[in-house]
Amino acid sequence: MEFAQQLVNGLTLGSLYALIAVGYTVVYGIIQLINFAHGEIFMIGAFGALSTWLVFFNGNTSVWVLPIMIIGAIASSVIVAVLMERVAYRPLRSAPRLAPLITAIGISVFLQELVRLGYNNPLLFLSTWNPFDFPSAKQKVPFPQIDVVTGAAFNVGGVVIQRSTIFTIGALIICAAGLFYFVSRTRTGRAMQAVSQDPDTARLMGINVDRIIIVAFVIGATLAAVAGVAQGLQITNINFKMGFLAGLKAFTAAVLGGIGNVWGAVLGGLTLGLVESMAVQFIPGTFGGSPWKDVWAFAILILVLVFRPQGLLGAKVVDRA
Amino acid sequence: MSAMLEVKDLVVSYGKIKAVKGISFSVDEGEVVSLIGTNGAGKTTTLRTISGLLRPVSGSIVFKGADLTTVPAHDIVQLGLAHSPEGRRIFPKLTVEENLLLGAFSRKDKGIRGDLEAAYDLFPILQERRTQPAGTFSGGEQQMLAMGRAMMSRPKMLMLDEPSMGLSPLMMKRIMTTVSTLQAQGTTILLVEQNAQAALKRATKGYVLEVGRIVLSGTGRELLESDDVRKAYLGED
Repeated sequence: MEFAQQLVNGLTLGSLYALIAVGYTVVYGIIQLINFAHGEIFMIGAFGALSTWLVFFNGNTSVWVLPIMIIGAIASSVIVAVLMERVAYRPLRSAPRLAPLITAIGISVFLQELVRLGYNNPLLFLSTWNPFDFPSAKQKVPFPQIDVVTGAAFNVGGVVIQRSTIFTIGALIICAAGLFYFVSRTRTGRAMQAVSQDPDTARLMGINVDRIIIVAFVIGATLAAVAGVAQGLQITNINFKMGFLAGLKAFTAAVLGGIGNVWGAVLGGLTLGLVESMAVQFIPGTFGGSPWKDVWAFAILILVLVFRPQGLLGAKVVDRA
Repeated sequence: MSAMLEVKDLVVSYGKIKAVKGISFSVDEGEVVSLIGTNGAGKTTTLRTISGLLRPVSGSIVFKGADLTTVPAHDIVQLGLAHSPEGRRIFPKLTVEENLLLGAFSRKDKGIRGDLEAAYDLFPILQERRTQPAGTFSGGEQQMLAMGRAMMSRPKMLMLDEPSMGLSPLMMKRIMTTVSTLQAQGTTILLVEQNAQAALKRATKGYVLEVGRIVLSGTGRELLESDDVRKAYLGED
C-alpha cells in the first residue's frame, strides 16, 4: 500500500518535473544552451495565472475559470521567454558558450527580484501604483483553489489521490501528446528536428533558424506555465523563488533522460519524481525521510554525469563524418 | 544575354585567413560548370558564400539579377538556387521521405507530392527505403538522397559540392549520369569536384582553383586536354 501511495506521489512530482524539463531540452536541442532562467519561466507562469484570476475573477473559484487562468499563465510565460531570447540570448548567438550560460543565471536572478519587488508595485521606485491591488510577493502568496481540481481527495483502496494529482498527470499526458503531434507531424515540427540535427543545412532548405529558436522557447514556456498552475493547485501557494529548485530538478530530469531528447525529458522527469518519493519512504535510518529528498535527486545527477552522460535515451555523441 | 549566376571579385576569409582571394566566374542558363581543385582550394567556401552561409569580405554574387550577398541564407533557395552540400549532410534521424519533404520546405504549391514521385523515379532505391532513417544509408544512397532533396525545391540552378566523394566507381558513374539527366531536364548545374576527369567530361565550362584563385579556365574539353590539368589533377606525366 505504501508502495502504491509513493507511486502516485512520485508520478505527480515527476509529471511536474517532466513539464518543466521539456523546456530545457528543446532549447538545448536547438541552440545547445542550458537556459538556467527556465525555472523562472515556470514561476512567471504561476504568477500569470494568479494575476489573471485576481484581475478578472477575484473570489470566483468555479472550474470554468481554470482554462482562462491557464491561458493567462501561458501568455505571461511565453512573452517573458520570447523577450528573454530576443534581448539576452540572440545577441550572444555567436559568443563563446560560457557567455549565454552566465547571462541565463543573471536573467534568473533578475526575474526573481522583479517579481519579488514589483508584483504589487509594477513601477518600482517611481510610484506605488497597484491598480488591481496585487498582494506583495515578498512572502508566499496564496494560489486560488479552484473547484473540481482541488478539494477532497479520492481514496482508492487506501491510496490517497489528490484532485491536483489528476490535473497534473492529465496535463502532462495532454502536453506530451500535443508535443508528439507537433514535432513529428507538422511542417514546423519537422523543421525543428532538422535545425537540431544540422542548422546550416536546415538554412539551405529555406528554414529560418531564428524563427525555429523562438518556437523552441515558446514550447518550453507553454509547458512550464502549465506546470506553474499545477504547482499552485498542489501546494496552495506560490512564491518568487519557486522556480529555483524546481528548475534545477527539471534540469536534472532533462540530463537524466538525455538532454536534447524530448521523450528523455518526460522519462527523466517521471523517473526522478519516483526515485525521490521512494527514497523518502523506503530508505531507513539517518538518510531516510524528506530532509534528504533533494540529496537523492542531485546524487542521481552526479551519477548520470559520471556513468551515462548521454542520459537514458540520449545517443552517444559521435563526431560527424 | 546575361549570365544566370555571375560571381565577381569574390573575397572570403575566415578571420585573418583568406580562403577565396578574388575570383570571378559565371554560369549561363542550361550549362554544367565545374569548379575543380585540390583540398583547400576554396571550392566549398565559394559555394557556401553563394548560399549565404558565409558572407564575403568583398565582391558580388548576382543570381538572376538579384544580389545574393545581402539575402539571408534561408531565403536563397526560394530564388531558385539549391545547394547539395559537401559531405551530403542529410538529416540522419529523419526518414528518407521527411528529408525529401524538407527539400521542398520553401514551397507552398500543390506540386510537392508529384515531385516526390519524380525524385523516387530518379532514384528508385529511395522509394524502397522511404520510411527508414537516412543515417543508416551508405554514402551513395545518402548522395542520391541529398541530390533528390535539393531537387525538391524545383531549382533553376543546382550546386553540387563533391557528389562523388568517397563513392565506389560504379556509384560515382551513377551520380554523374544523374547530373547529365538533370541538365537534360533543364537544370543549370554548378559542380564542385576533386575528381577532375568526371567533372570536366560533362562540363560546358570549367574553372581550376588553386589556393583561392582561379588559375585556369576554359571549356571542359579544353581543360581535359590541357597539360597543366593533366599533370596536376589527372596524375599523368
